[in-house]
Amino acid sequence: MVKETAWCPGCGNFAILGALQKALAELEIAPQKLVIASGIGQAAKTPHYLPCNFFNGLHGRALPPATAIKAANPELTVIAESGDGDMYGEGGNHFIQTIRRNPDIINIVHNNMVYGLTKGQASPTSQYGMKTPIQVGGVFEEPFNPIVIAVALDAPFVARANAADIEQTKEIIKQAIRHPGYSLIDIFQPCISFNKINTFAWFKEHTYYLDAGYDPRDRQAALAKGLEIDRFPLGVIYRQENRESFNSHHKLTAPLFQSKPDPAKLAALIDSKL
Amino acid sequence: MSKVVARTGNEAMAEAMRQINPDVVAAYPITPATEIVMIFAKYVADGLVDTNFVAVESEHSAMSACVGASATGARVMTGTSSQGLCLMYEILPIAAALRLPIVMCDVNRAISGPINIHCDHSDTMAARDFGWLQIFSEDSQEAYDSLIQAIRIAEDPRVHLPTMVTTDGFIISHCLDRIEIVEDKEVKEFIGGDRKAANSLLDVKKPVSVGLLDLQDYYFEHRLPVAEAMKNSKKVILEVAEEFAKKFGRKYGLYEGYKLDDAEIAIVALGSTCGTAKVVIDELRAKGIKAGMLKIRVFRPFPAEEIAQALANVKAVAVLDRSDMWAGQGGQVFTEIRSALFEAVKKPQLLNYIYGLGGREIDQPMLRSVFTALQSAEKQPLVQYLGVRE
Repeated sequence: MVKETAWCPGCGNFAILGALQKALAELEIAPQKLVIASGIGQAAKTPHYLPCNFFNGLHGRALPPATAIKAANPELTVIAESGDGDMYGEGGNHFIQTIRRNPDIINIVHNNMVYGLTKGQASPTSQYGMKTPIQVGGVFEEPFNPIVIAVALDAPFVARANAADIEQTKEIIKQAIRHPGYSLIDIFQPCISFNKINTFAWFKEHTYYLDAGYDPRDRQAALAKGLEIDRFPLGVIYRQENRESFNSHHKLTAPLFQSKPDPAKLAALIDSKL
Repeated sequence: MSKVVARTGNEAMAEAMRQINPDVVAAYPITPATEIVMIFAKYVADGLVDTNFVAVESEHSAMSACVGASATGARVMTGTSSQGLCLMYEILPIAAALRLPIVMCDVNRAISGPINIHCDHSDTMAARDFGWLQIFSEDSQEAYDSLIQAIRIAEDPRVHLPTMVTTDGFIISHCLDRIEIVEDKEVKEFIGGDRKAANSLLDVKKPVSVGLLDLQDYYFEHRLPVAEAMKNSKKVILEVAEEFAKKFGRKYGLYEGYKLDDAEIAIVALGSTCGTAKVVIDELRAKGIKAGMLKIRVFRPFPAEEIAQALANVKAVAVLDRSDMWAGQGGQVFTEIRSALFEAVKKPQLLNYIYGLGGREIDQPMLRSVFTALQSAEKQPLVQYLGVRE
């Protein structure tokens, strides 16, 4: 158990950490077979509090190393986990290009609609009109919509969760880990210190769970769900198994560090060029 | 008339920015510099300045926005630190080559990795070759004064180069200090109205192209003026400092000699460490030891001749670097000074101490140990790491 964290008491990050721990335990993923790559921010500290291999990248830079770690060792479960500012702001281009590349990794984004680490500036997902010490007149930029962007880029698995619902979040994480290719889980997370608008109650009021009749394989329906912003749908919004993943593309089945050159193959290759 | 107030380094810089009233500020939050632009954003919201504040998604975008705005002829400022400055590296030399007098509040902080938020000079020192003027501060007062002077220096037609004024992360940026603030209208008079840009993208009668491809034929010729401007800037820095002293009473130079004139042993340092060193030097002087200091204020342009002259009569000098070049031959300040002294007929024996990386404390006993070592400098290794565990 984690004894001490850098998080405020009551932070939504605790619930996400709890859901992740449960999902990993239920899937029996051994800590030595797990790598979490993160960036900078309060959410990026999540792997500090888990027994796992951990790559702490710079601000916005979790996805490229996560892609490469999985490529070099396909036996690992690789999670890239950080906040909305990190993944959608400073790392925004990596987010887009990673979905296009489609590595077999799980991308968990703690979406609290604010910069918590630097104490309360607007993030890419901050809602219209939110006032902060920098955005004194209120946010006027269009909030980043990760769900629509991920569906538009045909991400294999796109889900949204609410940190307060640990059981449901855990189930979504488990599905994402089992799903081949890139998975996005955008998790609404209240920042109790620096976001007084998007609270536990606000997220409860402004979300609903997709019912059993919803078909996440319908891309048009998924786009429509992603565009719902008065009440955000929760659950698996889109899933498909049509795209070749980055990992299947380069056909590496064993860890790179275990591979040995085949002299006969090499000789044949050289001969073929003579 | 000036008034005495209590301000942290960040507050002092934000205060100077309010008085300067730049046309555009573009920035992204980063510890420990966030506060500067956060305080400034409040001034924008309260209508105390006329600034267009651009909140961007990264420091790369912040510096790019600064370049764009400055190219239109606007007076532009920003603030950052450490990895934020690193992310700007791609754009910093462009600002210099385009001769854009952007002024930056730079809070010195260690660069990754490991990840660290505390003070050293590695971020700023790594930016030393990009054509920016670099002014270091010992305390909040110097940061405030230098920021006001920086506008004049950067925008002088003989210079036209971007300028960064630095404080030490947390040590200056977050510590409350007694400072004298000049009246708003005096600052306004001192910086002298709006920026007068030689070429502006907004001049419809004289359209200009900015940032074009320039190959073997003219690239070289277009880079050389940066070197020339950097050389010229020394004179301008001194002129502006002289006028500042006349008006506001506080004197600045390229460097400051502290009990250096008759010193037999001396240290060279920059930033907040100099304050601690002055206490140690006073103590040693009381004991009859002729100790002194050369505090570098301006690192770019590097005052090589001036420093060589100032150190000529000292027997032994320890250069204190709060960063390492990782080149196996000491820190950035040390190599500059060693090179500056090469031709000198009379020169001190030099030692180099690399200290305080990642915010490691530098205290009086450590500085005393440096002065003790200087008394038998010939027995010391050339480069040492100070205050590090083996």
